[in-house]
Amino acid sequence: MAVTAKTLNETEFFYGHKACAGCGGSLAVRIALKVLGERSIAVVPAGCMSAVGFNFPQLCFGNNAIISTFAGTASMLTGVEAGLRAQGITNFHAVGFAGDGGTADIGLQALSGAIDRNDDILYICYDNEAYMNTGIQKSSLTPFGARTTTTPAGKNIHGNLRQKKNMFEIVAAHGIPYAATASVGYINDFMRKVEKAKSIKGTKYIHILAPCPTGWGIKTDETVEAAKEVVDCGLWYLAEYENGSFTLNHDPKEFSSVEDYLRKQARFRHLTDEDIEIIKQSRDAKWEYIHKNFK
Amino acid sequence: MKPYLRDKVPTSFEDIPENTSYEAGYLVTKNAGWRNVRPVIDTAKCVGCLNCYLYCPDGVIYQKDGKVQIDYDFCKGCGICKKICRIGAIELEAEK
Amino acid sequence: MARKFLSGNEAFAYGVRLARPHVISAYPITPQTIVVEKLSEFVEDGSLRSEFIHVESEHSALSCAMGASSVGARAFTATSSQGLLYMAECLPYAAGGRFPIVMMNANRSTALPWNIYGDQRDSLSQLDSGWIQAYAENAQEALDIALMSFYIAEHKNVSTPFMANLDGFVLTHTYEVVDVPTAEQADEFLPPFETENKLSLSNPKNLGFSAGPDTNTFFKYKEHSGLLNVRNVVAEAESKFESIFGRKYTGLTESFKTDDADYILITLGSISGLAREIVDRLREQGEKVGLLRIRYMRPFPNDEIAAAVKNAKAVAVLEKDISFGNEGTVYTNVNSALQKAGISIPTSDYIGGLGGKNISAEEIEGIFEELKQKKSAVKFLGIEVR
Repeated sequence: MAVTAKTLNETEFFYGHKACAGCGGSLAVRIALKVLGERSIAVVPAGCMSAVGFNFPQLCFGNNAIISTFAGTASMLTGVEAGLRAQGITNFHAVGFAGDGGTADIGLQALSGAIDRNDDILYICYDNEAYMNTGIQKSSLTPFGARTTTTPAGKNIHGNLRQKKNMFEIVAAHGIPYAATASVGYINDFMRKVEKAKSIKGTKYIHILAPCPTGWGIKTDETVEAAKEVVDCGLWYLAEYENGSFTLNHDPKEFSSVEDYLRKQARFRHLTDEDIEIIKQSRDAKWEYIHKNFK
Repeated sequence: MKPYLRDKVPTSFEDIPENTSYEAGYLVTKNAGWRNVRPVIDTAKCVGCLNCYLYCPDGVIYQKDGKVQIDYDFCKGCGICKKICRIGAIELEAEK
Repeated sequence: MARKFLSGNEAFAYGVRLARPHVISAYPITPQTIVVEKLSEFVEDGSLRSEFIHVESEHSALSCAMGASSVGARAFTATSSQGLLYMAECLPYAAGGRFPIVMMNANRSTALPWNIYGDQRDSLSQLDSGWIQAYAENAQEALDIALMSFYIAEHKNVSTPFMANLDGFVLTHTYEVVDVPTAEQADEFLPPFETENKLSLSNPKNLGFSAGPDTNTFFKYKEHSGLLNVRNVVAEAESKFESIFGRKYTGLTESFKTDDADYILITLGSISGLAREIVDRLREQGEKVGLLRIRYMRPFPNDEIAAAVKNAKAVAVLEKDISFGNEGTVYTNVNSALQKAGISIPTSDYIGGLGGKNISAEEIEGIFEELKQKKSAVKFLGIEVR
């Protein structure tokens, strides 16, 4: 039976941290650790979660945890897993929590290496769609049109010109045992996926969309709502990759308004109707692909 | 193990460790000062669905003696719990 | 003990096998490849039970080794040149984390221009990274350092990563007869790796944290102290080593006929063999010359150098390094040692062997000849001052 609020481990493992109020990333880390339990060893690269959780002597992980280099989440996880196994210890979960930049940009090589070796690790990317810790700079997971401090929105350029990198399918293309997308707006779905990953040998990857009120320009109480809306309006999707095929977990009968989703966020406030039309078109193309290729 | 507040704040040369390793979950400061508003649960209305607990980014909502409670030492007042509560059992009160 | 005909790389691999690391993570780069190939063979034939991780880069090689060390596993990696520089971010990280990883570095020139041959600019550029740095002269010493490096790095008073340097090709690929100790002897010498600085399921820890301005200096001072403790631990390790294996080493430096020498040449690595021959030859001609070989660049043997040269009339450093815009780094360090000891004699720097250029016997004789002029100078072998 799937884990629910009532059956979830009551212990908090990520507590007292200094993440901004309403932080989606910290919610993802917190819930994942509760599903994985006390025998999880977390590797967290330089980034938001390490910056808010590891300031000696304020140490906010109740389980074993270590900061890795920015690029080294996956490779350090590999070492942790191999080091324990070589000492005869096997009943643990090596789990990484890296942001979008730490995953899709600087950490991609090490992640690809780990998947290639099929190391027995769980890699969770909390995607808040920009380098938030350093002050909201563009990453390769920043969506089209978003204003960041390095993709300013002006008369000439309307924020980020590039589409979000397709990390989920890039990871899947390795032939990974398990990969999934998730959203903190659908936390039960995320819990189920973490629980599933927990039982699978080899490399697992979960990509969870985790809004950042500070970087997105939304109120602190809108994190979960925004993370739900992005799925409902079709700009993000909940899916899994397993045994070589893709499964769609949630197929909205009708999309909610993309415009409403975008207009609520300061990072998209400058978008013209034409910009929004481009976003809708790429959404529709994506869903056409999903319906054709996902179960 | 849930991280908890400690009395001792190791900052001297003698008290800090020899390397960058220390007891897990060692807290020396609260987050209460961050809060502008305080979520208050109307226990009469609350049905114990635990959605607020589930979605709290700081994990400060917990159940004790059958009642849903909030650890105000670490609540930052983000307001997600109020938004997520379908029956409207949580109100935000201004901090004085 | 078995006698085998081994290259420096192979000898080092035999030494690593004796230490039985839990995890080996490495990425290939010339001229380091043989050491990791040999270790792979040992894993395949069952003579070494290590987790051999085929990482996709040097950065990951060291990051993986840190992960292994962070759970109390003994970890080894090897690299060279561009690879060392590619993993450079992880060097101070491992040192600051006090992870006693052992790494073999095959000394090689760094690009540009591209060059696969030996000089010591790669490792010397990383002197400030917080690693112990040793330089082997021959294949036997390479094997012995490989085994001793784990003892020294993992010692509770040290807890610092160890970079063992072998001159590329000249040492890594040159075959010599080497005594290979037995596994029983090695076990008698090397205790299992034990540390409190680890993630533990029975005693959860948070590792590798941030430390702000208030405590940062304290952490750095402790890191520095760990390196300074290496001197005593090297002495302890070498004494134990000698009692088991019968081979004697002399700490951070090795003096050869320096006691009554007027002119002393200071060297690093495999060129010392030729330099020793020249000293013997000149001694036969009645010249009072000596050689001081630096075995460890970190911790730096300030006291040993001062003691060895205090009665000399002039000193020269011969090194395969240049800190562009200044002078060779070994020379800078040697001068600092003399200045602190109040020794005021002329010192010269001879920069040679860059990109694998051969250093000839004549050139070394020339250095001793020039020392008699008792003038300080920085010179490149083979280039006249323009």
